[in-house]
Amino acid sequence: MSFNPNIVGFACQWCTYAGADLAGNLRCKYPPTVKLIKVPCSGRVKPEYVLQALAQGADGVLVGGCHFGDCHYKDGNYKTKNRMDLLTKLIADMGFDPRRLRLEWISGAEGQKFAKVITEFTEELIALGPNPLKKEEELINE
Amino acid sequence: MSEKIKVGFLLLGGCAGCEMAVVDLSEKLVDALAHLEVVFWAPTVADVKYHDLEAMDDGHIDVAFIDGMIRLDEHIHMAKVMRKKAKTLIAFGVCAALGGTAGMGSLHTKEELFSKAFKNTPTTDNPDNVYPSPHCLVDGKYDLTLPAYEDKVRTLNQIVDVDYYIGGCPPHHSHVEVAIGALVTNQLPPKGSWITNGKAVCDVCKRNPTRNEKGGRVMVDKVLRMVDGIPDDNVCLLQQGYLCFGPITQGDCGGSCLNVNIPCRGCGGPIPGNEDYGAQALTSIASILGSEDATASLMAKYPNLAKFFYRYALPSGTLPRKM
Repeated sequence: MSFNPNIVGFACQWCTYAGADLAGNLRCKYPPTVKLIKVPCSGRVKPEYVLQALAQGADGVLVGGCHFGDCHYKDGNYKTKNRMDLLTKLIADMGFDPRRLRLEWISGAEGQKFAKVITEFTEELIALGPNPLKKEEELINE
Repeated sequence: MSEKIKVGFLLLGGCAGCEMAVVDLSEKLVDALAHLEVVFWAPTVADVKYHDLEAMDDGHIDVAFIDGMIRLDEHIHMAKVMRKKAKTLIAFGVCAALGGTAGMGSLHTKEELFSKAFKNTPTTDNPDNVYPSPHCLVDGKYDLTLPAYEDKVRTLNQIVDVDYYIGGCPPHHSHVEVAIGALVTNQLPPKGSWITNGKAVCDVCKRNPTRNEKGGRVMVDKVLRMVDGIPDDNVCLLQQGYLCFGPITQGDCGGSCLNVNIPCRGCGGPIPGNEDYGAQALTSIASILGSEDATASLMAKYPNLAKFFYRYALPSGTLPRKM
């Protein structure tokens, strides 16, 4: 069976989630690999959530927020940027490929960008292969 | 109190610093011993062996303190034995509670650690590359054994049920006094809790900006390490750019490190309501960085963020080891 990546997506309700909605309305095609979780703001995404997703075997994690200057709460996405930059380095230090965490700014008008990001990310994850932890867990279960 | 409380101390993977903190109680320990009977204290203080503990009746010890992380198979075995013999089990110190500094060993393979410790250190002379191994036959007839090395560091509660946690590396002796006082007067909190005053390090820190004139929120533009200068004695270290984990760490230490110009690195354990210390540290530090340059300077100054944010807590983290 071919490898079908499992992406956990955290989408800010004001921009990226609306962008995903628009992608659907526009009938954009993208692989069914992402499980979206609506959050009030990308700044609400605690690093714990990303680590937990990886620990439970997600192949990739997408954090989507508004473009700089567009944050509904003024500076939520600036905090997200700082946090995710550090977190990317942290998961690299923990032995994960940093490309498994992706931060994207997708506005409510960018349905096509949402579809493009998911397509690209899925292809990248197929090239990277499954989450190394998942393999290990499966071995333990055997 | 008619009958003395039977207590036991067991050192696993730690350095015995936590037991030194008990001894540091000095006269107060003598007073406490009127209510306590030490029935087991190994391998440091009393001349008792592990098999003496194994020979005790189950539940013989009222309160057991275990310090040190789980690194060897012997630690797993002794932790399980102690759990059977003790009615109440306390993870004493940050190693037992969260894994401690030795927990960072989980970021390396056994081969990396052994070659560093037994071969590549400049002061080590080991031309035959002799490494410790669980079994060794000496002179063809003496079959000697050593405890085997586990593949990762674990916290105590990953092996057995733990009733209480005490943070600190080591716990400050004044806090040990509070804990033993609570024990003697039977005022322990509900099981599963940390024995703590419930305040963050900032709450007990003399530099807290809310107590000084330099109040208000200050964003960090430039990250500094301790080698980059000498911080001002009375100003919050975070405001000066020295990264400090005071906001998210339990302040049972009374802010001892801050009193001597050293930033908090989180040995006290997480303040309540936090599941992953390192991730929480990352969140709180990231939210005071004022610019992308500040974030970049942090990453340049601290080459391994896993060892920075999880200094004392890696084995208790969501990802407890390097993949």
